[in-house]
Amino acid sequence: MAAYRTIIAVAVLLAVALALPFTVPTYYVQFASKVLIMGILAMALNLVVGFGGLVSLCHAAFFGLGGYALALATPKYDPASFFVSFPFAVGSAALAALIIGALALRTRGVYFIMVTLAFGEMLFFLFHDTAIAGGSDGTFINYKPEVAIAGTMLLDLDRPLVFYFAVLTCLLATIALLTMLVRSPFGHALAAARDNERRARSLGFPIFRLRLTAFVISGAIAGVAGYLAAAQFGYVAPQMLGWHLSATVLVMVLIGGLRSVAGPLIGAFVLLGLEEVLKTATEYWKLIEGLVVIAIVLALPDGMRHLLIAAFGPANDDTPTVTSVAEAKHV
Amino acid sequence: MSEAGHSQTVSLQAISLSKHFGGLSAVADVSLDVHSDEIHAVIGPNGAGKSTLINLLSGDMQASAGAIMLDGRNVTRLAAERRAGAGMGRSYQKTTIFQQSSVYQNVRLAAQAHSKAPLRMFGSAMSDVAVNDAAHAALVRTGLASRAAMPANKLSHGEQRQLEIAMVLATGPRIILLDEPLAGMGLQEARRIVDLIASLREGHAVLLVEHDMDAVFELADRLTVMQDGRVIASGLPGEVRTDPAVRAAYLGAHGGADGGAA
Ligand SMILES: Nc1ncnc2c1ncn2[C@@H]1O[C@H](COP(=O)(O)OP(=O)(O)OP(=O)(O)O)[C@@H](O)[C@H]1O
Ligand SMILES: [Mg+2]
Repeated sequence: MAAYRTIIAVAVLLAVALALPFTVPTYYVQFASKVLIMGILAMALNLVVGFGGLVSLCHAAFFGLGGYALALATPKYDPASFFVSFPFAVGSAALAALIIGALALRTRGVYFIMVTLAFGEMLFFLFHDTAIAGGSDGTFINYKPEVAIAGTMLLDLDRPLVFYFAVLTCLLATIALLTMLVRSPFGHALAAARDNERRARSLGFPIFRLRLTAFVISGAIAGVAGYLAAAQFGYVAPQMLGWHLSATVLVMVLIGGLRSVAGPLIGAFVLLGLEEVLKTATEYWKLIEGLVVIAIVLALPDGMRHLLIAAFGPANDDTPTVTSVAEAKHV
Repeated sequence: MSEAGHSQTVSLQAISLSKHFGGLSAVADVSLDVHSDEIHAVIGPNGAGKSTLINLLSGDMQASAGAIMLDGRNVTRLAAERRAGAGMGRSYQKTTIFQQSSVYQNVRLAAQAHSKAPLRMFGSAMSDVAVNDAAHAALVRTGLASRAAMPANKLSHGEQRQLEIAMVLATGPRIILLDEPLAGMGLQEARRIVDLIASLREGHAVLLVEHDMDAVFELADRLTVMQDGRVIASGLPGEVRTDPAVRAAYLGAHGGADGGAA
């Protein structure tokens, strides 16, 4: 029954997603692309936050690296080849995630949050304070990447409709990949490490390797999202890598729910939709958006609870130390 | 069984192990062997260092000094998960289970950790036949089969203790470290687990920390007594029981409170 309803819901959503670009003005097609791209980023983040129990505040950096990789790979007067620039972007993001993850995953809880934040800001300042790709001003990407084999153009990403379907394909691939991971033995082990690290370790699961693998996959997908965003807007700037975006995406994850693969997509839709509506309604939209977000997050105590557990550990997570002492005393 | 065969192979060996917490020596210069096909019980008053000893052997804590040999291999610096991979399984004095998951999921995860592809990234985790069989068998042996679908945090305290042991069994270990497996169990449950531990003797090396003296003297092939981090006596249960130092330091002072089997 429940499964039946899920199938119908998914079918309806998919039909809407397919029909959308043919029924609304181009502006909204572009807006929809943006929502899907941020949805990819939020789903990527949720692999580590929701399923891994690791609150990362540097995912914007992986997103930004994906975008900057496209900017750097695109010549001034020519498009970059998709088949070169895309692997370069995803590879750069994955490599950064590997290095940052290998260092940050030696810490836990709040320290992990702070270390990822620090690394994210380091990358932000790398692009902000040096002359790489225009420094603090950012740089334009004059041509969208060219999807061509042996001179034959396969997709014209300049057309909003085509671009939208390319993004939708990436989104579906991301959902498929994450769903497969979450259901696999790997995903169960990752969640076990989140729920009870000590037990997972004593059962024999290599916690560090598990988490690092998830972190790298997540970073790579964030790179895909960044690549798509840079291609869509034709512009990259250091803000793409900053903590502000990391925090925004975390809010999308919270709104959408930490325990489902596609939930964060809903979070992206809600947050960007809200922004869109408020922007046209009032000049104080940021303030109102902030208040609404706080209200939403407070109204969803479950998401908040999971986040707090990830940051500070479960309320009754006694270390054996404390337990032994306590029990030695009361026995 | 009570002639602790000296010809048996040593599976796990602690050599002059010590663990300091600041100025406190929780474990001080402890040496002991656990042979396969043998149950080696460790007893001692509260705070004697028994749990700390298990934590050192399992790799949950790093030793301050001394060495740990597993099948003749030095594992003193090996991480806990690697020791588990080498065939060591342990239970905790304080129940350490996946509270939010079902009972079945708890044992399934344990079995998965020791399956052929514990971290495979595709295919459903729930459909590995060998893993499911091992998980089911562990539940049957511990008497939890009827509870399989229940969330672990809905189990009674005694049942959670049984689950703790079921998870150890599901990993298929050769060396088993049990930290007060009977604590908090009802009489019937305890009886079942005592029989289960007895049945583990064959094919396993078992280190048993337990306060229930009746169970200890029923199960132990060898007995080591600790006090203030040190070993004060070790040998066959019959000998240790009559050791004057033990009577004075432990059984004499605490015998009544601890079940008074002496
Ligand atoms: N992580 C720790 N930090 C500081 N002191 C500790 C720690 N773990 C144990 N201790 C201390 O080490 C000593 C030995 O503790 P341990 O838990 O090993 O005793 P035990 O023999 O298992 O006692 P019980 O029978 O009560 O379980 C105690 O004094 C305890 O307070
Ligand atoms: Mg103890």
